Amino acid sequence: MNEGVKFSGIPSAQELAAIPGIAGPERFEQGPVAVIECVQEIPCNPCEKACPFGAITVGQPITALPVLDEEKCTGCGVCLAKCPGLAIFRVHKNYTEDTALVEFPFEYLPLPREGDTVACGGRDGAYVCDGKVLKINQSKAWDGTTLVAVAVPKQYYMTVRTIGKKKED
Amino acid sequence: MSMRKVQAIVIGAGPAGLAACIEIAKAGGKAVLIDENAKPGGQLFKQIHKFFGSREHRAGVRGYDIGNQLLQETEDLGVEVFLDSPVYGLFRDPRGIMVSYMQDGRERALLGETVILATGAAENALTFPGSTLPGVMGAGCAQTMINVNRVLPGKKVIMVGSGNVGLIVSYQLMQAGAEVAALIEAAPSIGGYGVHAGKIRRAGVPILVGHTIKRAMGRDQVESVEIIALDEKFQEIPGTEQILSCDTVCIAIGLTPLTELAWLAGCQFTFIPSLGGHIPIHDENMATTVSGLYVAGDIAGAEEASTAMEEGRLAGIAAAEALGLYDEAAAAPLKASVWARMDALRTGPFGQKRHEAKALMLETAKGGTK
Repeated sequence: MNEGVKFSGIPSAQELAAIPGIAGPERFEQGPVAVIECVQEIPCNPCEKACPFGAITVGQPITALPVLDEEKCTGCGVCLAKCPGLAIFRVHKNYTEDTALVEFPFEYLPLPREGDTVACGGRDGAYVCDGKVLKINQSKAWDGTTLVAVAVPKQYYMTVRTIGKKKED
Repeated sequence: MSMRKVQAIVIGAGPAGLAACIEIAKAGGKAVLIDENAKPGGQLFKQIHKFFGSREHRAGVRGYDIGNQLLQETEDLGVEVFLDSPVYGLFRDPRGIMVSYMQDGRERALLGETVILATGAAENALTFPGSTLPGVMGAGCAQTMINVNRVLPGKKVIMVGSGNVGLIVSYQLMQAGAEVAALIEAAPSIGGYGVHAGKIRRAGVPILVGHTIKRAMGRDQVESVEIIALDEKFQEIPGTEQILSCDTVCIAIGLTPLTELAWLAGCQFTFIPSLGGHIPIHDENMATTVSGLYVAGDIAGAEEASTAMEEGRLAGIAAAEALGLYDEAAAAPLKASVWARMDALRTGPFGQKRHEAKALMLETAKGGTK
């Protein structure tokens, strides 16, 4: 079976390793950072303007992949809700001794509640582990996109990318 | 009988038509916008996702908000809008181009010095045994039901086609509360953007490339479908049949430009499959082979809303120039900036094909027998 985003909708490990939107391993040790999983050259650049620190560059042509400056990125997460592709995540690997924080955009209702234990999924939606909802972030400026932050066992910091859709009661 | 004559008539109030009217009005011209629907905006008001593109294309803004902004602008600029008014005729006339339409159950007509066709495109159908069962519908139809009329067409959906429409509508059906059981695609790879595919994968939707629908089954409505794997020559692979239960099948296999009025007017056509089939030949001003008649948006080749808006602007500026509202020196930089933005949208692996198709169109227009 062919691997990669063109065939499965999921960027492969090689595709993710080859793009300029993901910081190096040392940077993840230092604190929260944006993870831009944008692997295809599509005409899109709102992330560039979204970053208040100038840490994201698309430049010309507009189809260029976003480049993350891992020094400038503070891991503030402002870019997450601005990506129309919902392809930017915020990862804080050393959130606690044993847990990592993963934050992602979430556009389904009903929303989970802070403190809930939820099933966390990977890029293919398959169950990875249980996680705890730390924060439900909403802002008028994000135009309906909610950011959900979960704490998960540390080893899943680059695996967990979503939570299971909550079943309506 | 004297017939009312206006400087520009724009047919179709979607993104291309609205943008064209705005440009004509900005140039000081009088534009009348005619649409068969009860509300203007075309497909923009069912686009609840944030748009791609650049800041000039209002990237990151949801489609309906872009629609509202365009409507506000047309209103502020005093564009006259006729709604519930299907255009059924387009006739060359010594005085201009005559546009015949229905309004309030009566036949009416207007003369335009220039006419811009921004009629859009229609969804392609797919026929298979059971394709006439209730519950089998176009993906755009399902999108209208959920996002405009707030009616869920079904609980369990099979999506056919992995272009951006199939991917986005799958996501929106889930947002509306439906389950998408699978998305199938006959080609060996996904047609649309990976980020759209990624969203539905994260929600657990399987994407089956190299698969097609064999038949839909059900008594009073669709209850299940049979799908089958295809080889690289699009031939069915016996023994790979699967039955999937569902109550809705959405077809998202492309668009065909709505060109009837251009045929009626006597435009010359060319056939470009990657743009959706038969397309009225048009030049770098979006001018067709009929004097005073322009095209913009999906009728000029099925693309997406951002390019439709740019083509609308281009046609509007060119029509304003033809009307004498701009001289060549004033129009040239305006047109050049539109072209620069359009070229930017037509780059990269997804835009290249359309870029080449449009370049071929310009070549055809140059070589055409005007």
